[in-house]
Amino acid sequence: MHALTRLTIAEVRLFLRDPVSVFLGVLFPAALLLGLGAIPALREPADEFGGVPFVEAWAPAALALGLGIIALQQIPVVVATYRERGVLRRMSTTPVHPSAMLAAQLLVALGAAVVAGALVVASAWLVLDVPLPQRPLEFVASFVVGFGALLALGTLIAAVAPSLRLATGLATFTYVVAMFAGGVFLPQFLMPDALVRVSAYVPPGVQALLESWSGVAAAGGTAAGPPLMLQVGIMALLAVVVGGAAATLFRWE
Amino acid sequence: MNIIEVTNLHKRYGPTTAVEDVSFTVEAGEIFGILGPNGAGKTTTVECLTGLRAPDRGTVSVLGLDPRRDRDELRQRVGVQLQESRLPDRQTVGEAMDLYRSFYRRPADGGRLLEMLGLTDKRKAQYRTLSGGQKQRLAIALALVGSPEVAVLDELTTGLDPQARRETWDLVEHVRDQGVTVVLVTHVMDEAERLCDRLALIDGGRVTALDTPAGLVERVGAQHRLRFRPAEAVDDRLLTDLPEVSAVQHQGAQLVVTGTGNLVQAVTSVLAQHHVVAHDLRVEQASLDDAFLTLTDRRIP
Repeated sequence: MHALTRLTIAEVRLFLRDPVSVFLGVLFPAALLLGLGAIPALREPADEFGGVPFVEAWAPAALALGLGIIALQQIPVVVATYRERGVLRRMSTTPVHPSAMLAAQLLVALGAAVVAGALVVASAWLVLDVPLPQRPLEFVASFVVGFGALLALGTLIAAVAPSLRLATGLATFTYVVAMFAGGVFLPQFLMPDALVRVSAYVPPGVQALLESWSGVAAAGGTAAGPPLMLQVGIMALLAVVVGGAAATLFRWE
Repeated sequence: MNIIEVTNLHKRYGPTTAVEDVSFTVEAGEIFGILGPNGAGKTTTVECLTGLRAPDRGTVSVLGLDPRRDRDELRQRVGVQLQESRLPDRQTVGEAMDLYRSFYRRPADGGRLLEMLGLTDKRKAQYRTLSGGQKQRLAIALALVGSPEVAVLDELTTGLDPQARRETWDLVEHVRDQGVTVVLVTHVMDEAERLCDRLALIDGGRVTALDTPAGLVERVGAQHRLRFRPAEAVDDRLLTDLPEVSAVQHQGAQLVVTGTGNLVQAVTSVLAQHHVVAHDLRVEQASLDDAFLTLTDRRIP
């Protein structure tokens, strides 16, 4: 336990020293939401978004943007770098197994995600008059499970990618797919129904976040999505299966 | 008592055999060298010693422990510096030291280690800003941070300038003088000659010789080498006809004559008879380099 604590402290320091991850992963989602909120029209309730303003409907997507950076950019790249440069190999000659270093990484990622989420919720509430999550427990559950599934995908990429270059490429591809499905690039009411239905289960689960936050369905209230708990359940299953595969397939060098 | 015993070690990766058959023992308090050309199986041998790999056949015992079965205990007592292993770019020297100290039961004094390795003023420097020599010294410091009884150092001075190399050698001797048994993997001859009490020469996955550096040189025979630049062309046969001469080579304008016995006398008198002046005449004793080349029968890549 002692070594894991020390490793986590060390990894937090390293994370904070990397300005790109701190900005893109932690600060950017809230900054982007506030930037869009500066446009008055986006603060007006709109029918396309189920009667809530764009900023409220899009806030979970902003959060997804940051979670994706942390889970699908930061984690695979750091882990692949650690493997390629022999950091894990170095660790494996000490009494501490390199898996402790990975565990520390995941804890740091979770911490960064929680801070990013808190910033988005707080800035939406304080500045943009978006109410706090209306179903807080379900919001937290969606957040943790959605991010966990995303993290499992990132770890699987890190586990199997033979080189840093390939890890970066795979991670970026997965990031773009996850963000598209989450309606980050294109509002969901413009997407075909089939895609909207599938995207309910794509981590980090923007629809589940939105539903538990504002109580509106992502597709603008027209097409009611699958029940929240089904979305969360399927993502939890995905997290366990993908995470298990990552743990089994992980190459230490 | 033998600190390390390796018996008939065999390891293959798919169709390639990395280690065919390697046996040796290391005694307490010595600097034991594992010498060999690149790809001879040195690193695999060391990886089996430190429990990073499981041998396919043969036994390995370090401090009476089985490196695979007693992995945790072994790691407490054996410090390892590996090739191709680095630290995170933005970690500082002091942080790495404190972190690694926390892994061990009996950590060494981190401040003293850094002082011994000349890294005290680099405590706050990030890893990426260190020079090659400083990174290497930090790697050695981290190998010693658990107060190990055995230190395994793999290609310690690769990429270091001559000054840093000499300082590192002094350091290894210092470590040994403190009672640590050192296993040194190298393909640098003068390093092995200067530091090692005994050497295992590994080639093609086998131990081809196991001796002191001086013993290895002796094994190759008391060959001398005479190197000079003749003022005019000399017929090789004049020299090869001499019983003392075993070989004549041309290296540019220089002639290199290898042989035994009273080689200098024999060669210079033949030259004098034919009124050939020998410029820049040098006599060379056989070195570990020659022993290495003779025993492995190939050039160091």
